Amino acid sequence: MTPQLEVQLIAVIIAAACALPGVFLVLRRMAMLSDAISHTVLLGIVLAYFISDSLSSPLLFVGAVAMGVLTVWLVELISGSQLVREDAAIGLVFPALFSIAVLLISRYAGNIHLDTDSVLLGELAFAPFDRIDLFGISLPRALIFGSGVLLVNASLLMLFYKELKLVTFDPALAATLGFTPTIIHYGLMTSVSLTAVTAFDAVGSILVIALMIAPPATAYLLTDRLPRMVGLSVAIGVLAAISGYWLARLFDVSIAGAMATMTGIGFGIAWLFAPQRGIVAQTWQHRRRRERFAVQMLVLHLLNHEGTGEAGVECHSQHLIEELRWQPTFAGAVVRRAIQSGLVQQLDGVLYLTEQGRALAREASIG
Amino acid sequence: MELFTDYTLRTVTIGSMLLGAISGLLGCFAVLRRQALLGDAMSHAALPGIALAFLITGQRDTFTLLIGAAIAALAAALWLLAIVRTSRIKDDTALALVLAVFFGFGLVLLSYVQRQPTAAQAGLKSFLFGQAAALVERDLWAMLVISGPALALVALFWPSIKLISFDPDFARSLGLPVRRVEVLLTGVIVAAIVIGLQTVGVVLMSAMLIAPAVAARQWTNRLETMVLLAAGFGALAAFAGAWISALGDRIATGPVIVLTMSGLTAVSLLIAPERGLLWQRWRLTRWRQIGNNH
Repeated sequence: MTPQLEVQLIAVIIAAACALPGVFLVLRRMAMLSDAISHTVLLGIVLAYFISDSLSSPLLFVGAVAMGVLTVWLVELISGSQLVREDAAIGLVFPALFSIAVLLISRYAGNIHLDTDSVLLGELAFAPFDRIDLFGISLPRALIFGSGVLLVNASLLMLFYKELKLVTFDPALAATLGFTPTIIHYGLMTSVSLTAVTAFDAVGSILVIALMIAPPATAYLLTDRLPRMVGLSVAIGVLAAISGYWLARLFDVSIAGAMATMTGIGFGIAWLFAPQRGIVAQTWQHRRRRERFAVQMLVLHLLNHEGTGEAGVECHSQHLIEELRWQPTFAGAVVRRAIQSGLVQQLDGVLYLTEQGRALAREASIG
Repeated sequence: MELFTDYTLRTVTIGSMLLGAISGLLGCFAVLRRQALLGDAMSHAALPGIALAFLITGQRDTFTLLIGAAIAALAAALWLLAIVRTSRIKDDTALALVLAVFFGFGLVLLSYVQRQPTAAQAGLKSFLFGQAAALVERDLWAMLVISGPALALVALFWPSIKLISFDPDFARSLGLPVRRVEVLLTGVIVAAIVIGLQTVGVVLMSAMLIAPAVAARQWTNRLETMVLLAAGFGALAAFAGAWISALGDRIATGPVIVLTMSGLTAVSLLIAPERGLLWQRWRLTRWRQIGNNH
């Protein structure tokens, strides 16, 4: 494999691995915990490094995951005291833990590979140079670890799908049925920590947040069904990873940054143009509803005055503007629409109901 | 003491204390209005603004860069509010999304800037973690110029701000311009963030807004007292942080300040009268004793 292809493959795998726990973070309104965890795992890595004195020890992994879970526990401890709200608790815990990590690194580990810049920013372009031999084949470390985490996340999701779904949408029912939401919750948080520590080595902590939150948020605008949301999130994450890679290549800029940007652009597109929930669709639906209601008003008005002496005046299209207080352009559009739908006919400016229009007016006046 | 005689140290200390006081004071509104993490998102979102300001003007002048930062942070806040208002995305998701996307775009611009041949580009990265040691007198003036109007606005609209912080619905029913005051408060928080970027950087800035406010909240139920106390706590923690970091070699000022601030908050959560956890525990045991005696 060429390094180019390897980088893309790593990005795709990490994007998929991040999207899986991300869906549940978004649905359970815990997205900002990903921000906290992706920062504090650094402290776990640093502490484990001091104990094991090696950067490749599996202890680093364990330390980081434990620190991620500890972060969540601390946030819940503080917000559980009722003195501080949860969002403020998050904002208290992670800067403190992250500060300790930054200080330890700058003071004791200044010259080794662990530096704060690379943790925050990540540099995917270097990932192919860090290789491990697996079954006699030399593969990038990030690729192996990323695939491992993707596998773990996917199997956890399949094993506990029902429980996760229940705890996410109806925690009270889950508790009554005997599932302990706490176990599922901490399981999810372990998965988030595991993903964060694996991913941030390659792509940096901020891209971890982008890949965990933006694709599920985009998918959330596109579907109401959980399985579809999971699938869409993975697909959107993968798409953002590949397009981000090529954007970075084109302008010779940070790969991780370009991928985060692409997740944002993807979200922006869905936010504006999603079939039902997009802003454009919402505006259009609103206008259609308004027009449909106006047509009903029109036929009702015509029915009221039908056959009476003042019909010639009341049913003149000019009179509508005064009587129903419509803007002239709006009134014109409504009349045109009513004529098009075969509800109304116009003769010398006077409007007459058709049989169909009369039926609709009666229906509307009853309903 | 060196802290008062050495020019650099004095600048760093004064700058940090100024930042601690201002962010502590303005952070109160963010915490009370349940927008504690808005500061986190906005400070991350300032990064592309800094890079863009440099790319457009070609200057590394503090003031220019900070204006760029403020514009980007405000744009992020407005997009965030728009997302929450117009879609079913909840605010935590919107925060994380805006934060990561803006920061990612900032990285793109930063890596682009770093390829430019101009020598002046060095130092943009110091905004990530801040570089209190690099503060010069000009930066202190920039802080004052930015924070002055912000504080004046808060003083001017104090009654409405107070009401809106606690009961926006009631304020709306009285006919107060709630939306406008909310935008004003967001703008004021942006000012605090922009001031802190140089000293503590985008990552740790949120702690400067949240921690003093949370600490001060434990000691009082009055907004006036809380705001002043938060400013005092912020300045105190910044002073202690600057002092500690001056004691040793290679101790970054920003993280130390965040830690002293967190320590102060932890102590407040434990021992503050009435609300503090130890106080609660003590009251509980006393009630039990009284109960047992009856």
